[in-house]
Amino acid sequence: MSASSPAVIGPPVGLWGLMAEFPDPKSLAQAARRTHQAGYRRVEAYTPFPVEEVMEALDHHHSKVPLMVLAGGILGGLGGFGLQMWTNLVAYPMNIGGRPLISWPAFIIPTFECTILGACLSAVIGMFALNGLPMPYHPVFNVPRFSERASTDGYFLVIEAADPKFDRSGTEIFLQDLNPSEVSEVEP
Amino acid sequence: MATLDTRLEPLPAKPEKAPMIAPGHTPGTVTEHIASIPLTPIQKTPKWWLGGFAVAFLVLMVFLWSVGNLLVRGVGIWGINQPVGWGFDIINFVWWIGIGHAGTLISAILLLFRQGWRTSINRFAEAMTLFAVACAGMYPILHTGRPWLAYWLLPYPNTMGLWPQFRSPLIWDVFAVSTYATVSLLFWYTGLVPDLATMRDRAQNRFAKIAYGALSLGWRGSAKHWHNYETAYLLLAGLSTPLVLSVHTVVSFDFSAGIIPGWHATIFPPYFVAGAVYAGFAMVLTLILPLRPLLKLKDFITDRHLQNMAKVMLATGLIVVYGYAMEFFFGWYSGSHTERFMLMNRAIGPFRFHWMTLILCNAIVPQALWFKKVRSSPVALFVVSMFINVGMWLERFVIIVVSLSRDFLPSSWGMYRGSIWDWGVFIGTMGLFCSLLFLFIRFLPMISIFEMRTMVPADAGEKEKAQ
Repeated sequence: MSASSPAVIGPPVGLWGLMAEFPDPKSLAQAARRTHQAGYRRVEAYTPFPVEEVMEALDHHHSKVPLMVLAGGILGGLGGFGLQMWTNLVAYPMNIGGRPLISWPAFIIPTFECTILGACLSAVIGMFALNGLPMPYHPVFNVPRFSERASTDGYFLVIEAADPKFDRSGTEIFLQDLNPSEVSEVEP
Repeated sequence: MATLDTRLEPLPAKPEKAPMIAPGHTPGTVTEHIASIPLTPIQKTPKWWLGGFAVAFLVLMVFLWSVGNLLVRGVGIWGINQPVGWGFDIINFVWWIGIGHAGTLISAILLLFRQGWRTSINRFAEAMTLFAVACAGMYPILHTGRPWLAYWLLPYPNTMGLWPQFRSPLIWDVFAVSTYATVSLLFWYTGLVPDLATMRDRAQNRFAKIAYGALSLGWRGSAKHWHNYETAYLLLAGLSTPLVLSVHTVVSFDFSAGIIPGWHATIFPPYFVAGAVYAGFAMVLTLILPLRPLLKLKDFITDRHLQNMAKVMLATGLIVVYGYAMEFFFGWYSGSHTERFMLMNRAIGPFRFHWMTLILCNAIVPQALWFKKVRSSPVALFVVSMFINVGMWLERFVIIVVSLSRDFLPSSWGMYRGSIWDWGVFIGTMGLFCSLLFLFIRFLPMISIFEMRTMVPADAGEKEKAQ
């Protein structure tokens, strides 16, 4: 449990964190709020469906996704319009009875579609990147209860051993105090 | 107080809205029920699925046979000619892509309008969108005559030094439809990821564990995950809404940007979009009504869902009928000789039976949906939705063929009928569509499980504990 070699500084080897299971989203939200108030920062709560109170309790307020979508949309739009400009001015100018090369109203539809495409691609890719996915391995799945129930009807709270406030016995007592149905160790 | 109570008592006479999910469900039972369908062991695959998939697959072979013949012998085996250069290929393209629109409407627009009832049907409708767009995409590509060169439609640097004509509605179509297909796939897959994680955790068989595990990308359902996820999902819905409206608008530009009588009308975009939603809801009902008893989904797709879908169909159907009426008004009011002739030709010309059947299917039969009895009877709804499926196909037939076959110059008039190969490709894409749908309901959760968990009344978990 404890560090076997003096060179290792930090959390004890063989422990990634402590996990507490709660019977319903409401008690998980309460526990998450108290954990956050107690000063723990490397905390994560797991629910089988989005629960607003839990997200708020852990201070997840500003997602970066909208900014990425805005940037993706602007890039897509400029790229789409720019492609048509360049095509018609440089790559393949066609003089048809002296009509303007940049007849921009006709270019709006491809521009619009490129805007939506850029925005949607950045929404999905950005969301997965911000969530650190794809991630083929994660320690939380080492807890059998978690890999069995977390995606059905289990509500879990994990405090990482890497948290500066983490203390093997103190944190366990703290978690037990939150009235969970079970507390288990998470192996790395 | 007592007197007040008695006075208030008659008030609940207004019937409470039927629940969107049958009572007695908890997040656990919802998950169990929906996830067990794709996780059925191979040996226990239901007989109706095997039979249905076999038929669909056979019809898919008809598609391959017809396309194989087309590739060897060329588009001359179709019924298209001069002057009717757009026949079944474009009719079917518009028909299929219209069907797809209901999926996006249900998943995106109803999400923005906070219509909770969409939750039970959005996954299935999105899958339908995806497969319908795949079928639709076949037609313009095959219609090019040399489908192996279809990538010429895309802007890319090439040794020929050629670039697409961005002012052409056909190129707009390329952009609109390919964006629509990509965004529909993204939306569908994003919605699936949390459910794929559920499937990964519940799968017993090693292969299924690995497959669902890889597809779920390691989803854990942490608060951070959900926070970014919900934001991204909502934004996707917001972006898909104008996109879906733009797609059928652009499809209608294929016609309205031309000068052919009957095509050159400003009403086309809204009228096409309404028609697309109308056809799409009819197709959703056509597919869901038989699946509901077969997969025992009556707890989740309740009579209230059917009622609501029927109401959307009735509303969009009326917009379409208004479009038909306005086409006649515009034709008459334009004062243009050819426009007036085109409309007379539509109603009493050589294709009058198509037009009359269209009016019967799209304008008259669906009026039955005004009656609650019809809306709450699955059999009646199925019949009405079949009429609409046929009617919407005929609508595109009438718009395309009637206008093209008799335009300005009587000397260039012609006739049109689909050849056996036209029918082969058309019926064949139904095989493609149904094969994909059968595979979808067999291997993926056809109802969004995580969203259904949120539909369960909040006290369900506590009741479960008390037991």
